[in-house]
Amino acid sequence: MPAEAFHEWLRREGRIVIVGASLAGLRAAETLRAEGFAGPLTMIGDEPYEPYDRPPLSKAALLGMASPDHTELPRRRDIDATWRLGVAAAGLDMAARRVRLADGEEVPYDRLLIATGVHARPWPKEDEAQLDGVFVLRTRDDAVRLHRRMKGPPRRVLIIGAGFTGSEIASACRNQGIAVTVAERAGAPLVGALGGVIGAVAAELHRENGVDLRTGVMVTGLEGDVTGRVRAAHLSDGSVVETDVVVVSLGATRNTDWLEGSGLGAGPRGIACDAGCRAFDFRGIVTDDIYVAGDVARSPHPLFGYQFLSLEHWGNAVAQAEVAAHNMISAGADRRPHMWVPAFWSSQFGVNIKSVGVPSMGEEVMITQGSLTERRFVGVYGYQGRVIAAVSFDNTRWLEFYQRLIETGAPFPVEFTTVDRRPEGRKPVPADFPDPSLPTHGPTVTLSGYSPADRQLVFTPARH
Amino acid sequence: MRLVVDLNKCQGYAQCAFLAPGVFTMHGEESLVYNPRPGTEQRERVARAVAACPVQAITAEGLDDADEEPVGAGREASDAR
Repeated sequence: MPAEAFHEWLRREGRIVIVGASLAGLRAAETLRAEGFAGPLTMIGDEPYEPYDRPPLSKAALLGMASPDHTELPRRRDIDATWRLGVAAAGLDMAARRVRLADGEEVPYDRLLIATGVHARPWPKEDEAQLDGVFVLRTRDDAVRLHRRMKGPPRRVLIIGAGFTGSEIASACRNQGIAVTVAERAGAPLVGALGGVIGAVAAELHRENGVDLRTGVMVTGLEGDVTGRVRAAHLSDGSVVETDVVVVSLGATRNTDWLEGSGLGAGPRGIACDAGCRAFDFRGIVTDDIYVAGDVARSPHPLFGYQFLSLEHWGNAVAQAEVAAHNMISAGADRRPHMWVPAFWSSQFGVNIKSVGVPSMGEEVMITQGSLTERRFVGVYGYQGRVIAAVSFDNTRWLEFYQRLIETGAPFPVEFTTVDRRPEGRKPVPADFPDPSLPTHGPTVTLSGYSPADRQLVFTPARH
Repeated sequence: MRLVVDLNKCQGYAQCAFLAPGVFTMHGEESLVYNPRPGTEQRERVARAVAACPVQAITAEGLDDADEEPVGAGREASDAR
């Protein structure tokens, strides 16, 4: 069948299966219908709930502004799908084009979208992770459980890992007057994502708001009482923190286990795909019927040396889902590349933190507007003489301007005059990212693989 | 009624917090906190907030439904973006 005719058939009566019923899965489904896909659509999700929004779980819900079990995403349109909720995908047969479910059923497809996202990295010692009072925060069920315990109120909460989620939870605890200790292996909060210069500002925020922030330490063990409730944590500096609620915030792991043995190019870093969201198989050959979107996808980005980029960003999940859905039912030249500029936000201690680009790629940072001491500023990151990222604390309206600079590869250091430029921000300083081989909390942006320009691999054919 | 704010788009203009203060609140200078499932009595206010957002960052569902909140997966909803 010629491509045109095939895609016409696909749009009319092809079968599309979406694995992952969260933000990316839902927005992809809506896009498919909006673009005229009329065939049967199946949505598979391992949680029993319809798609819900996660950011409020560590913010509004913990602040008491929203109920953690009421964050279902609004629908942009009717998607007329068959929902298989509460049952996980358990396997993929690429040759037969079937997804196997945990209950043994098999679902055939003509086009498959994988949007299975990530799950919270659990506390590595299993018996300690089982203690009553030890939580992670990723799902709605996690949030309901934690929320209930926070109403206790607890005597002291210990948060392990000062990434964005850990910091947001610490902020919510302080907002409600709950005593909180934060333990972070690196020298400051947020350093994995934003570097030590900005991390120092985050550390001040924690301490000024009454957080007992411990940096440069690891939690070596959790201790329970006779009833199996957590009562204390032991730190690598020999100190002991008495606590009755522990929140493990050590980043996330990609949900690709179910693809083991399928032949898809999937692993702990995610699923590799081309710029059009088509997944690669394990031989590096692009599939044309399997697409990926959201946190689980790794795709090459021209702005960042064509390195594979995987992003745990809300906006990326939406944008990538829209591109994947469009490309699934479009032929050749009608397809679009996914070239979203990474962007995320966080809200903690009453400060609005936003970032564009890939800060962790930056070598140097300069404060181009405002000042660190006022905690209202824009920091610009430079990489090899160009602007690679920017972060704002309570200065969001300028970020769009910096996004343009990133997109156009503007020179770094930034020489021109900007509004509210201070003398101390004239010179760049090292951005102070920790050694990437010593991960702290998980960064939400991961660069993986070589740039083709690096030429680090040499192929030497065997002699016969 | 369900709503979500694209906080990448949100620039802290606070129009929503002004027009529907029970649903949207500023937390600090720029941070927006909102109730994603406001009661139906807020419908009029939320509709105004959606319309007034300078960057159109609010997606709401159930703004023009006269009936109760949608329940269960797969239920049809108006495209009230």
